[in-house]
Amino acid sequence: MAVRKEIQNPAFYALIAALVVMSVGPIALMLATSFKTNIDVYDASVPAFFFSPTIKNYETVLCNFLWYEPAHVDYCDPTFGRALNNSLIVGLLSTGLTLTIGCMAAYALVRFQFMGRGTVSMGTLLMRIVPPAVLLVPVFGIWTFQYGLDQTYAGIILIYTAMNLPFVIWILQSFIVQVPIQLEEAARMDGANPFQVFFLVVLPIIQPGLAAAAIFTFRIAWNEFLLANALSGRSTRTAPVTIVNSITEYDIDWGVIMATGMLLAIPPILFTFVASKQIITGMTAGAVKG
Amino acid sequence: MILALLYPIGYMIYASFLDWSPSQRIGQAEFIGIRNYINLLGDAAFRESFWVTIRFAAIVVTLEMIVGVGLAMLLDRNIRGMVLLRTVFILPMMIAPIVVGLMWRYMFHPTVGIFNRMLKSFGFEGIPWLADSTWAFIAIVIADVWQWTPFIFILALAATQSLPRSALEAAEIDGANEWQKIVMIKLPLMMPVLIVTLMLRLIDVFKVLEVILVLTNGGPGLSTEILALRIFRTAQEFQELGEAAAMSNMLLMMLMVLTIGMFVYNRVKEAHVAQRRAVIEKDND
Repeated sequence: MAVRKEIQNPAFYALIAALVVMSVGPIALMLATSFKTNIDVYDASVPAFFFSPTIKNYETVLCNFLWYEPAHVDYCDPTFGRALNNSLIVGLLSTGLTLTIGCMAAYALVRFQFMGRGTVSMGTLLMRIVPPAVLLVPVFGIWTFQYGLDQTYAGIILIYTAMNLPFVIWILQSFIVQVPIQLEEAARMDGANPFQVFFLVVLPIIQPGLAAAAIFTFRIAWNEFLLANALSGRSTRTAPVTIVNSITEYDIDWGVIMATGMLLAIPPILFTFVASKQIITGMTAGAVKG
Repeated sequence: MILALLYPIGYMIYASFLDWSPSQRIGQAEFIGIRNYINLLGDAAFRESFWVTIRFAAIVVTLEMIVGVGLAMLLDRNIRGMVLLRTVFILPMMIAPIVVGLMWRYMFHPTVGIFNRMLKSFGFEGIPWLADSTWAFIAIVIADVWQWTPFIFILALAATQSLPRSALEAAEIDGANEWQKIVMIKLPLMMPVLIVTLMLRLIDVFKVLEVILVLTNGGPGLSTEILALRIFRTAQEFQELGEAAAMSNMLLMMLMVLTIGMFVYNRVKEAHVAQRRAVIEKDND
């Protein structure tokens, strides 16, 4: 059937506009607030969106990365900047590790017949069911007392890798299945060894799958709070943990905290615009296909 | 892999029998049998937070299903920019739950929050959003509905758009109006997808923790302390790892029952369909 663009009634567009405002509004408000001084935030006469913006909050948050010294910062508190840095390290390393293990495991599961195929989809499902709060006690206990990995990057990275692996393997499997086996056979005929076949033939073909998996893994590692809170020490805290720590106090510096929140929200928002199709596919996988 | 899964679970079951604080190694903790479970069942606070969880899950999932499916029905048309629209709608799910909590906490703020400012500019009294137990519950429901309705909307939209057009055209020829088409054809045909969606959402709703932690930290009183949050606080603030483990086990069992229910439902459904098919074939013979 030909897709035709219908002319809809104006109420319909009004509804869509209202929905867009509702879903983007809070984010826009956060963005606006992050450019306000604390005085403006508490002054009722300053409107929510139209005011004179300032980047002071961002300077405060990122003060230990700036090449100049902002005039209004008396004492540079490195907590937020360091936390963002930690988040970045943890996110990137755990994504890298997950993808490396994941693509090899997925390839093995697709190309070689052995038991464990069912286990992967079962593992994906289980990982979806188990709330992170349930993992808290065993992970904390095992990591701290048996591996001695608490307060290090390694501990956090390890748990994120373990959490994401089943899903990543599962997603990559569906991409590897589509790689024609003839291509690999041809490469082998030309004298490529198994590693060359994998790295030079298979990996370039499944690049879109790798990108999707990377986005999913990075987002989870970047956004996660609960386990990071239990496992990180003073110097390895990730950004969500520092945000929670700083809002338990009564006097909240909204501008600064909104600036941190915004910095934390930017990567996921970017990913959403770049790869919304893959994200929706990943999100709906299993529900629609059945 | 099985070992990797079972080890933490076994560890947790063992831990749930201990009186254990984080400063002790697990071997030093005192073995107290099932006293943790007995304490929990007798603990009014635990029962309260159990009911809060059930209430929260029921209300949130019902609201999200109604709004999400309703919107999917309304927006199931060919319009330009649908891809961009869907992208915009999934934004709330993509950003960190902590940040979502932060945004809503700012908006619910008694003096600087946008809701109370708006109410006051219209001459109404401000609402004590996060300080009153009823309003706090409403506040976390609003935040969760905002964050997760798009999930249901997108799944439902995908389901409506993959419906067989022939059935709808047949209904149109028979003179069905829009409303009849939705109630009698679209919804029944979408039912399998909707039920899976419902189950997925129901499983996820027990994970919601960060948003509530930032918004209310379970308070005022215990009015918004759902089970996952209680586990977190028991382990983190009260340092009772054994009790937290016992609670985790209970939550896990609840979720297992849900999941097994989902599987059984699917099996029964399949068996039912197979049976019907067999009957039809017999009739044809």
